[in-house]
Formats: sequence, C-alpha cells, structure tokens
Amino acid sequence: MALKHTPFFELHKAAGARLIDFGGWEMPVQYTGIVKEHLACRAAGGLFDVSHMGEVRVTGPRALEAVQRLVTNDVAAIRDGQALYTAMCNDHGGIVDDLIVYRMSPTEILICVNASNREKDFAWIAGHMEEGASAADESDAWGQVAIQGRVAPAVLQRLTDLDLAGLPAFHFASATVAGVPGCVVARTGYTGEDGFEVFLPPEGASAIWEHTLAKGGPSGMVPVGLGARDTLRLEAKYCLYGNDITDDTTPLEAGLGWVVKMDKAVPFIGIEPLRAQKAAGVPQRLVCLVVRDQIARPHHPVLSDGVRVGEVTSGTRSPSLEKNIALAYVSTPLSKVGTHLHVDVRGRIAEAEIVKPPFYTRPY
Amino acid sequence: MQFPKDLKYTPQHEWIRVEGDLGTCGISDFAQDSLGDVVHVELPAVGAVLRARDRAAEVESVKAVSDVYAPVSGTVTEVNEGLDGSEDAVNRDPYGEGWLFRLRLFAPEELATLLDVAAYEAHVAEAGH
Repeated sequence: MALKHTPFFELHKAAGARLIDFGGWEMPVQYTGIVKEHLACRAAGGLFDVSHMGEVRVTGPRALEAVQRLVTNDVAAIRDGQALYTAMCNDHGGIVDDLIVYRMSPTEILICVNASNREKDFAWIAGHMEEGASAADESDAWGQVAIQGRVAPAVLQRLTDLDLAGLPAFHFASATVAGVPGCVVARTGYTGEDGFEVFLPPEGASAIWEHTLAKGGPSGMVPVGLGARDTLRLEAKYCLYGNDITDDTTPLEAGLGWVVKMDKAVPFIGIEPLRAQKAAGVPQRLVCLVVRDQIARPHHPVLSDGVRVGEVTSGTRSPSLEKNIALAYVSTPLSKVGTHLHVDVRGRIAEAEIVKPPFYTRPY
Repeated sequence: MQFPKDLKYTPQHEWIRVEGDLGTCGISDFAQDSLGDVVHVELPAVGAVLRARDRAAEVESVKAVSDVYAPVSGTVTEVNEGLDGSEDAVNRDPYGEGWLFRLRLFAPEELATLLDVAAYEAHVAEAGH
C-alpha cells in the first residue's frame, strides 16, 4: 500500500529529512539528528508536523452528552474554548485511545486522536452516537503543526493577531496564522515545553511552515522529527499509545487516574470495571525508571530478586538528563518511588530505580 | 559519505583495517548515519574468541540498537575504552576515533571473502534509497 503523505511532505523532502513509515505515513524521523533537535526544542523551540493525527468532530444538540459517555474526563467541567486531555475506554476499562477534546460549544466538540488509532477510534466513536449527536471524520481536512519551546509564544505571536498572552494552557481559539484563515490555535503539546498545536487547512501548510521557521530560526527554533518527539514526550512522561497504554491497560494502571472522573453526571463506557479495579487495588502501575549502564527498550523484563515483576514499555537515552530512562509496568507492591529493581537488557542485568515522575519539568 | 580505500567491508556495514596479524574493526559511515546519534556501545571482552560473523558488539542510538559482527575470526586483543562517555565518536569519526575492537586474526584467508571499497560502495548504493 502506498504511504500516506501530509501536506508538509514536500517541505520535509526539500529539507533533507530522513523519512520513515510511521503507521502507514511517510514521516520525517529526523532532519539533522535526534539529539540536536531534542536539545534545540528544550533550549529554544521546535516545529513539528503532526498532521498524521486524526480529527473527529461530534456535533448535534446532544454532542456534549455523547462525548461525556465516551471519555473518562469531565467535558462538562470545562468552558467553551477549553481543551481537555482524557482517556477513552472500552467496556473492560482498557484504553481505546488517549485524546484531547476541544469544546467549541456543548453542540460541537472536536476530538484529536492518535494517527495509529484513526480508523479504530472513528468506528468506536461513530458506533456510540445516539439520537441528537453525530460524528464526522475530518482528518483529511486538517493539517497540524506543533510549535513548542520557550520561544514558541513570541514566534507564533508574530504570525497572528490572536492575543496569545490571553490564551492559557489548554485553551484554544480560531485564528488567522501566517495569513492562513481558518486555523485553530491551542495551547497544548507533547514535549513538556510551553507551546501550541495549530490545526490548519492543508492548503496553508507551506505558508505556516516557512513563516514559522523564518520567524523562529533566528531564535533557535528548528524543525523536529518524530525521533525527538518521542524522546521529548518520554522525558515529560507523556504516554505513547501502543507502547505505554493499550486496549489492555487501564488509565488507573497508567497513572492517568487524574483524567478519570467516576462521579461525573454522565457515566462513561468502562466506568464499572474501573470502579471495581480501584476498589480492589490496581495490580500494576506504570513507573518511571532510571536505568544504569544500559538502555532499556520496550518488552524488556523488569526483575526484582531475579523474579519477573513487570515489563518496560518505552525506553531511551534521555538527551536532556544524559541518563537512561524508561517507563515500565511493575506489580503494585514494587511500584514505590525509590524502589530498586533490575531490567534484563538482552541478557545483561541492569540496575534500575523508580523515580518521581516526570523525568523532566520545564524550568520556566 | 566516506569509504576509505584501505579498508575491507562486510555487507552488514562493518569495516576492518589489517596491519600484520591485527585487524581494527568498526562500523561504516553508512552504518553510523543510518543509526543516528550513538549513545551507548557494548564492546566484547578482551580475550574473547570470535568466529567470523559472531556477534561482537552492540552500537545503540537514541532510537535503536544494532549488532556488530566480527568481520573475520580472531581473538579480541583490545577494545576502544575511549568511547565510554564519547560514544558520538562513532558518528564523528567512524574509521578513526570511533573504532570498536581489535582482533588478532587466526584465519587471515577469510579476508578474501570481504568486500573491497568498490564492491561495498555498490552494495551501499543498492541498500540506500
């Protein structure tokens, strides 16, 4: 099957990016090098093509109620113009996907879903619409960039009339960006830095990309590929769907209990199994590990006294901390901060310690 | 991309520089470039006896880990301790400062099975896109 291309594809090729197949999309994994791009985003800023993410719009007089049934967080607790990070669970309390929902109004809600889950999510969402709400897959109608890092507000402010100082975290607004009308600017991200995600009409892609780099370049903003996107998110302990969270893990196990609102007005799909798990105690927890001498990778066994007690779900060399970091599920009695464990890295037994999440917190 | 003429190469992108009965080994410019930023290296034990194509070392980038095989049979006489903390030398200078291990060859006739620079360049041209 032919790989799909985002509206930025030709720009990536022209920039000499290394392209890979990412869930059926031909995407830039790096432009100049993962470590360099990672550190540039931490020190100044990064521009990411995240157009492979999917967008689903739920509309109708009962749209809010329909979304409330689907997601674990409470969309009734935010105002119009606010965004919310949430899990969407299956009947067993496992995670169908993690999402950001954008509340335009009680009758219009935009849901941003992971690229790898686009078809699955849309089928799930559309399959759970009832009278008064309907879902449309708008993924092909939107491009998306993330403009992240401490220089992001100043850079983006030079491209839009929207007052970004008046746009706090997890708020969004319609705007014209770099002369492109019909964009949605949200103060969200997946890097641990301040920054924005901008939904844009595909025909505006090159204007936004080029103007952002022209304005941001002098202050150190660079294009960043999926390689550094992964190391940045891991340092910030943001879950990656398919690695750290799946259909078989619950938000309570993943440390996402803060997005699970058991007592909201409309009960959500999966609430009963999650209530039961909470009452019985979660059997395993996702923890942050610092690993000595070796880089743990997904599926490496976690050991305690030589006995397998869990499994690594993500792991890398952290460019910012210059330590080997990992996320792993471990059985709950061994999940306390400060616990010493081992990871079996292809037959080499490496010492590991559970540390307080996240690995990286921005210093501003 | 640089491929020195005085080296022999393997299809798996290792190189060997032979001086007398000693061979210094590493990974090629193509290999380091494909791998990206090298952040960890596992080297063999000095004294280890390796057969040609035995797994000898691991070179790990931020994204992935790659096995390095012995180009020919030999006993490990030395490993590049200098890489500890300076793993990026594998990227910066794959044929110099970024060497991995040194072998005392015990079957030098195996060298004839390796690729010379022209054959290796042709192999890379095929592997690359």
